[in-house]
Amino acid sequence: MKDKKLKKVDLIFECNDCKPVEVLEKTLKRDQDEIILDIIDSGLKGRGGAGFPTGLKWKFTKNEDSAIKYVICNADEGEPGTFKDREILSRVPEKIFVGMAICGYAIGAKEGFLYLRGEYNFLLKDLNATLDKFNAQVKDLGLDFTISIKSGSGAYICGEESALFESMEGKRGEPRNKPPYPTVAGYNSKPTVINNVETLAYVTMICRLGAQQFKDMGTNDSRGSKVFSVSGDTPIAGIYELELGMTVQEFVNEFGDGDTKAVQVGGASGSCVPRKNFADTIIGFEGIPTGGSMMIFNSSRSMYNVLHDYLEFFAEESCGQCSPCRIGCQQLLKGIEAVKRKERNPQYLEDLKKLAATMKLASKCGLGQSVANPFTSIVDNFKEEIIY
Amino acid sequence: MTVKELVNELVEKHGTTHNSLMPVLQGVVQQERYLSEEAMLTIAEALDISAAEVYGTASFYTFLDTVPRGKNVIRVCKTISCHMQGKDEIIQALEDALKIKVGETTDNKRFTLLTANCLGWCHKGPVMLVNDEVYPELTPQKAVEIIQEYERNTK
Repeated sequence: MKDKKLKKVDLIFECNDCKPVEVLEKTLKRDQDEIILDIIDSGLKGRGGAGFPTGLKWKFTKNEDSAIKYVICNADEGEPGTFKDREILSRVPEKIFVGMAICGYAIGAKEGFLYLRGEYNFLLKDLNATLDKFNAQVKDLGLDFTISIKSGSGAYICGEESALFESMEGKRGEPRNKPPYPTVAGYNSKPTVINNVETLAYVTMICRLGAQQFKDMGTNDSRGSKVFSVSGDTPIAGIYELELGMTVQEFVNEFGDGDTKAVQVGGASGSCVPRKNFADTIIGFEGIPTGGSMMIFNSSRSMYNVLHDYLEFFAEESCGQCSPCRIGCQQLLKGIEAVKRKERNPQYLEDLKKLAATMKLASKCGLGQSVANPFTSIVDNFKEEIIY
Repeated sequence: MTVKELVNELVEKHGTTHNSLMPVLQGVVQQERYLSEEAMLTIAEALDISAAEVYGTASFYTFLDTVPRGKNVIRVCKTISCHMQGKDEIIQALEDALKIKVGETTDNKRFTLLTANCLGWCHKGPVMLVNDEVYPELTPQKAVEIIQEYERNTK
C-alpha cells in the first residue's frame, strides 16, 4: 500500500481578497486569441465529466462566422453523488459569472445563460441578486455581455448539452444528433460555448494566476485540480479540491472508513472500482474520468442494491427517444431482478452484458452509452452478490 | 387570480416565443402546483403553438405535473447515498404522519408525497424538498416536524 498523501488544493473556494471582477477587468485588456491560447495551454478540460478541452471549444466557437453567439453555464448537476456545483454556486458565484464574461469577450458573445437545475431553485434569490450587481459591473467595464438564469424542471438528461438547449427552447429535453456540435449550432441553432460550473470557475482562476500554475499540477492527461464530491461510507463526506492524478488507493486511504470494498468513480454513469484494483486505477482522464462524484461502499453494502438503484435511476431518467436506451435500461433492471429471483440462471448475466455493450454502441447520447459502465463493472467484480 | 389571468401575466413577463414556454409552465406550477388542461390550452393559445406541443413539453419534466397536487409538494430523495443514509425511514415516517402513500395527496389537499432522483445533497442525506425549499440531514422526527410546521402555515 502506497503512503503518498493527497495534495489538497484551494483554488475554487479560495476567497482571500476575493474580487473576481478585478480578474475580468484585467483580462478584458488582453487580446481575445491570447486568452483562448492561454486556456488551451493550461490544459483545462471540461469538469462536468466528458472532459473536452475547454480552450478548443472556445476557439471553435470564436472561429464561427455568426453575429449571434451564446455562452451557457451548465448548472444542471444531476449525476448521483455529485453536489460540488451547488457548493460553488452558493459560495463563489462571481467566479462563475466572471468565467462566463471572459468567454463572452473571447468568442464574441453578447448573451450568457446559466441553466440551473430545478432542484436548486432555492439558490435563485441569492444568485439573481449577485447577478444584478455583476451585470451592472460588466456594463461599467464597457463589455456588452449580459447573463440571465434559466431554470430546469427535474430532468437529469438536460445536463446533456443538446438536451439542455432543447429545454431552453421550450421543448422536451431530448438530445440532438451530433454533429452539428454546439460550437457550430447550439442554443437557437447559433454557435454556443457550453461549460460546466466548475470549468468556468477555473477559467477565472487561470486568468488570475496564469496558465502555468494550473498546468504545474496534475498529470499529462489530467492537468490541474478538481473538486470532488465524496459520499457514502466515509467519516468525512463533503467537498474536496484535490490535485488530479491520484490512484483510488490514495483516495481510499484518505476518505475510506477502513473497510472500503468498492468506489464508484463518476456517479451512476461512472465505473465501479473493486478493492483489488484500487492501487492500479488512476482517477483522471488516463484512468477513470469523473465529474467529481466519488461514492464509497464498505463491506456491509450489497452491490446488488447499488446496481439496482443505478438501473432504476437510468430507467426513469432515460428520455425514451431512442430504443437502445429506453428498452435497454428497463431490460437490464428486469434482468438482474430475474437472476436474483432465480427465474433466470446466472449465465443470463452474460446476455445482459451484451445488451449493455449494444447500448454503448447504439444509444444516441451519453446517458444510454454510459449505462454499460456501472453495469459491467459491478457485474464483473461482484457477480456473487448479484446472483445470491 | 384565475388561471387565464396568471398565464397572461406570465406571457407578458416572459414573451410569446417558443423559448418562453418553460418559464411560463414553471410559473403556473409555482402558483398552482400543477398544469390543468385549461392552463395548457390557454398557454397554447397565448404562444400560438399547438396544445399537443405544450403537453409534450410539460409531460417530459418531473417537476411539471399535469395531475393535481397538494398545496405543498414533498419530494424525498431516493438515490443511493440517501438510500444508504435511511431515506426509507423518512418516507415511512411521512407516510404515517400524512396517512398517505408515496404518489398520493392528502384529502385536505395540503400535501403530496413524492420521491425524487438525486437532489445533490449526498454528503448530508437524507434530504427532501418541500416546494422549492431544501431540508438536508433529516431524521424521521425532524421530517415530521417540518411537515407539521407547513401544516400550521397552510391556510
